[in-house]
Amino acid sequence: MASALTAETLGGGFDDAPIQSARAFRAALDAMARPGRIQVIGGAVPPAPLSVAAGTLLLTLADGTTPVHLAGDADCDALRGWITFHTAAPLVPAEAAVFAVGRWTDLLPLARFATGTPEYPDRAATLIVEMPVLEAKGSVLAGPGIRDRARLTLPDPDAFRANHALFPLGFDAFLTCGSRVAGLPRSTRVEDV
Amino acid sequence: MTEQAYNFAYLDEQTKRMIRRAILKGVAVPGYQVPFASREMPMPYGWGTGGVQVTAACLTPGDRLKVIDQGADDTTNAVSIRSFFSRTAGVAVTEATAEATLIQTRHRIPEHPLTEDQILVYQVPIPEPLRFLEPREPETRKMHSLEEYGLMHVKLYEDIARHGAIATSYDYPVKVEGRYVMDPSPIPKFDNPKLSGCPALQLFGAGREQRIYALPPYTRVDSLDFDDHPFDPSKADHDCDLCGAGDSYLDEVIIDDAGGRMFVCSDTDFCRSRRAAGHAGRLGTPAGEAA
Ligand SMILES: [Zn+2]
Repeated sequence: MASALTAETLGGGFDDAPIQSARAFRAALDAMARPGRIQVIGGAVPPAPLSVAAGTLLLTLADGTTPVHLAGDADCDALRGWITFHTAAPLVPAEAAVFAVGRWTDLLPLARFATGTPEYPDRAATLIVEMPVLEAKGSVLAGPGIRDRARLTLPDPDAFRANHALFPLGFDAFLTCGSRVAGLPRSTRVEDV
Repeated sequence: MTEQAYNFAYLDEQTKRMIRRAILKGVAVPGYQVPFASREMPMPYGWGTGGVQVTAACLTPGDRLKVIDQGADDTTNAVSIRSFFSRTAGVAVTEATAEATLIQTRHRIPEHPLTEDQILVYQVPIPEPLRFLEPREPETRKMHSLEEYGLMHVKLYEDIARHGAIATSYDYPVKVEGRYVMDPSPIPKFDNPKLSGCPALQLFGAGREQRIYALPPYTRVDSLDFDDHPFDPSKADHDCDLCGAGDSYLDEVIIDDAGGRMFVCSDTDFCRSRRAAGHAGRLGTPAGEAA
């Protein structure tokens, strides 16, 4: 299973992990705390097809204690080698994932992902959804972290409505596109337009 | 200068990742207490090791840190934590609320309104608001999961029956977005209204009890009360004797052997700024004039 240690596998990590991961976490925290507000995040340069934002999130948050699911095209030799080398995260099926990354259609069906338990709602997966576009328009968002209303391009508003209906259970999501990231926690309400 | 013997902000990367994951889940489920594996810190638990770990996980080199202890920047506790991060993270520090990007606090919310560009980190001794009603952790978890908060209301109502009012004056329990009952840490209930709709992100860290929880910006936070006994933040019936502020939280200070007293802002930066701007109270003089 181990791929050869190519330059692609060894490269693209943080040059200065303590500082770069601190900056990346702040961007991720701002994104999750203010749903719909797009942040710029960077530091990692993952192999294709992963975006800089998705790769940076994984290097910042994943390690040997957090199983990662690679969905669809993301489940390739280059990425398997890169994530294993840089994070030591076990690569697992969707059902066991703490983090899952891939395009929306490759992450379906969502029912496979952990949504926490009533006593421990934190034991829920975080999805990193690779988006073709990510802009502050489209679906109308409301809830904690949003002063009035926010707008964000969502892959499927109904899926996020269904997820919010599980609150306080549910998955949480980062939407990524290039070096941009937005957060969509389970607490966010997606309003009917 | 960062002292290179330490990792950035003291904690190792794996520990910071674990704390960061807990913070993100706390943000996603406002008011819910996320367990985390608290680390030994080079200071006693009473010094807010939970808040220190949350701060360490959030700091970036560009931050400007303020640390307050009961509103004051100059207590041993506040000075020690500030110098700890100045040395281990190389961050700038300030006493001015408006200039800080991250504020760690013990038992107060600053008077100066917070902004979207700030994070407020609370040091929490006892994170579980139901603990004094139910000592068993599995039971309180179950009560939170089922929203069984009736006992809490009974306790508050017993206060009303006994004292004619709810006697709890700090650590006053709140409900977050109509779901989780949360302990706001031992801030005076005077500060409770500032928890709600706050533009800043609020993070809570309990070191000994190993819990992290959060209030995202603009989260609705209601102090528990009753239709016939609405929540009363109880402003003292005085102005600050130094700066004349009529809307701040005041400490009572004994000023002479004859039992003379004065009331002064607990938020030292707020009081100093007002005096610098020319405001004066009963016993105070504006900055620039001889005292
Ligand atoms: Zn004053």
